[in-house]
Amino acid sequence: MMRSAIIIGGGPAGLSAARTLVRAGHDDVLVLERNPEAGGLPRFAAHPGWGMLDFHRLWSGPTYARKLVAAARGAEIRTDTTVTALLPGGGVEVSGPGGVERLWAHTVLLAAGIREMPRGARLLSGTRPWGVMGTGAFQELVYAGGVRPFQQPVILGTELVAFSALLTARHAGIRPVAMLEEAPRITARRPGEWIARHVLGVPVRTATRLVAIEGGARVEAVLVEHAGRQERIACDGVILSGRFVPEAALVRGGPLQFDAATGGPAIDNHFRCSDPAFFAAGNVLRPVEHSGAAALEGIAAARAMVRALAGALPEPGQSIPVLAQGGLRYVYPQRLVPGDAPIRLYARASGEQRGRLRVLADGRAVQERKLHALPERRITLTLPAALLRDVESLSVELA
Amino acid sequence: MSTHAPAYDMAIIGAGVVGCAIFREFSLAGLRVALVECGADILSGASKANSALLHTGFDAIPGSLETACMQEGYARYQALHQGLGLPLLRTGAIVVAWNQADLAALPGIVARAHANGVLDVRQISVEAVRAREPHLADDLLGGVLVPGEAVIDAWSAPLAYARQGLAMGGTFLPGTCVTGGSQTEAGWTLQTSQGPLSASIVVNCAGNQGDVVEAIARPSPFEIRPRKGQFVVLDKTAYALASAIILPVPNERTKGVVICRTAYGNLLVGPTAEEQQDRESATVDQVMLEGLLAQGRRMIPTLAAEPVTTTYAGLRPATQFKDYQIEALPQRRWITVGGIRSTGLTGSLGIAAHLHRLYARHFGPLPRPADPVLTPVPNLTEEHPRPWQQPGRDEIVCHCEMVTRGEIAAALQGPLPAGDLGGLKRRTRCMMGRCQGFYCTRRVMEIAAPHLPGLVTPIQGNGA
Repeated sequence: MMRSAIIIGGGPAGLSAARTLVRAGHDDVLVLERNPEAGGLPRFAAHPGWGMLDFHRLWSGPTYARKLVAAARGAEIRTDTTVTALLPGGGVEVSGPGGVERLWAHTVLLAAGIREMPRGARLLSGTRPWGVMGTGAFQELVYAGGVRPFQQPVILGTELVAFSALLTARHAGIRPVAMLEEAPRITARRPGEWIARHVLGVPVRTATRLVAIEGGARVEAVLVEHAGRQERIACDGVILSGRFVPEAALVRGGPLQFDAATGGPAIDNHFRCSDPAFFAAGNVLRPVEHSGAAALEGIAAARAMVRALAGALPEPGQSIPVLAQGGLRYVYPQRLVPGDAPIRLYARASGEQRGRLRVLADGRAVQERKLHALPERRITLTLPAALLRDVESLSVELA
Repeated sequence: MSTHAPAYDMAIIGAGVVGCAIFREFSLAGLRVALVECGADILSGASKANSALLHTGFDAIPGSLETACMQEGYARYQALHQGLGLPLLRTGAIVVAWNQADLAALPGIVARAHANGVLDVRQISVEAVRAREPHLADDLLGGVLVPGEAVIDAWSAPLAYARQGLAMGGTFLPGTCVTGGSQTEAGWTLQTSQGPLSASIVVNCAGNQGDVVEAIARPSPFEIRPRKGQFVVLDKTAYALASAIILPVPNERTKGVVICRTAYGNLLVGPTAEEQQDRESATVDQVMLEGLLAQGRRMIPTLAAEPVTTTYAGLRPATQFKDYQIEALPQRRWITVGGIRSTGLTGSLGIAAHLHRLYARHFGPLPRPADPVLTPVPNLTEEHPRPWQQPGRDEIVCHCEMVTRGEIAAALQGPLPAGDLGGLKRRTRCMMGRCQGFYCTRRVMEIAAPHLPGLVTPIQGNGA
């Protein structure tokens, strides 16, 4: 059976795409979700903060996840079904309760989401005891498992998700002993530090580097360094927050073009991958955006899929490559298929940086503005359609 | 006490790979054997962190006991692995020359291999190396092909040996730390953290504690000088970057940094060789790990794009001597098996055979062996069918390594259940994939917590 659409991943991006496709009249949409239930990572963050961008409500993560599932009714959601390979031309190989099979569709959306970089990949020093884990694993243990893995952890990192971990800790009666940040200031927006210090009573130590994790079976301490001096902080766990990586192993080992800079599939401005049967949206595209942003991307990608199914999407043939240069870690879409509408580009800076953000068309600056870039903040550029006429390649730089 | 018959014919101190292989050997030979382990599970020390290679012994010291044990172990593993369900990747190895000095050393490597009886080892041209390993850096100058080197798994092999020992009537005593002992008329009474334990003969396989345990019987003739090796495991997408085991030309102290596949589809880079005093704690170090990665990239430039899955470190029980320290002390009713370094994984079955002969020579004939019971371990490699591929499978808990609930539950029960979380991970590979537990920690805890207390505590009723 050749379906209109298969969606890989039943989180905010995938479920929002499913909803959009169903509403556009496609009644054969299949969502593949490897977990026993759909909803994605918001299922495990039970404090409020979800639904603002897409439902214009403020819900807890689990409520938001349920609303996403409910809103996708009309699509078939197959849980406990994991995709093991992508097949050129719009196929997926899956393992489900019925065994291993191949499924095909005119369009396939990758919406596999994101995870955090584990301890090993960060090359952290020290022993390897129990009690070192990402925010995601920690929140799931607390909210879904009803257990706590430690009592007095340190939290490494100060991205938004680190403050989410703080709220989770408070819910579980866990008292973090410190938040550690290597940079001179925290990564999340300003009130975060104030909330951490004054509401939750957790000291935030900036310009502080984790030197080593210590302990036998369990974490016993961390060794940190600040201003050239080392200090041992007693703790029984380490929460590794942030440092997100797209869950894109299917792409890296598969038939689609992979962008090492974003860590996700390369797409064009229609969310289309190098094989035009495949689309991608949400946090599989690049290190993390809030789930609301991922959901909006899911909707936009699904609209492109609807157009593709109607034969109304421009051919990918004559695309303009986009390169990130000096000062920018990445930019996407990685290829542009110019049309009549303006095109949005998204980028991230390599770190905190002040400079001029320039768009160069065939080496010539065509757009320029002043920018004070902060780590892990999205930079958005809008290119008028006229700007892309007769352009062969595009680059974006922060210098 | 001494007038009673000892509870066991043999007590083996230390359930590393060598202890497990000896346990299997003498259980199969009809002795009542106790495998005594201080840790909560087998492989709590040196053996758990190995490069997992099956060596031909091509580069070992000719005439040494190590070489003999490795070569006998190599042959026995080849004969045994299918029956026990153990992996064997016949990758071969290439010793690669990166400079003129390396190149000049190659004929000597071939000559030593031949002296060790590994006769299929031969020098090959730059072109031949490139044809086999197209991802190697351009400036290589030549190589030596060692067809017989292979990749196995450092965890399933000892598990299979121990389980076969149990199936033949052996006893495993985890959490039993030997603190002392005294010789009796009938053998030994060992003092342990679980009380006294009597055995007719004691085998010291205590690895990094080898000289400490040896001191129970005599002043130790060797001193353990732990040597640390750190490793980096790269993502499965890197697997294709090397097909053979890529070896450097070795120097006096170390075989150098190796790049090889793992039985589970990753690519491994390591080890370092660092001497240290601490016998217990093998720490990883960012600077050293970055150095390993740099050396890896030096050999395979495209390695740079591959994500790291995890890092680990192991302590190898080196001594002041190059060779294994194996000795039977008939008067003391004691057998010493010390200084077994990283070759012990290959050598273990050969060491066991060697001990079998030593025993027969010094302690008398062994009982008639019963028919061996085969105890295959569950398959964890993609070479053979796995539970996740079967219709009617249960929930996949670990999606990176495709581990089902049933596999995790099975590893927590039955003969030789996982004694700690590390043991569970080594038995099933859950939490061992690229996400390292980001997605599966909660489910693993739900399944494992009843069996492995102390990892998590319920939030309601916090026990205060």
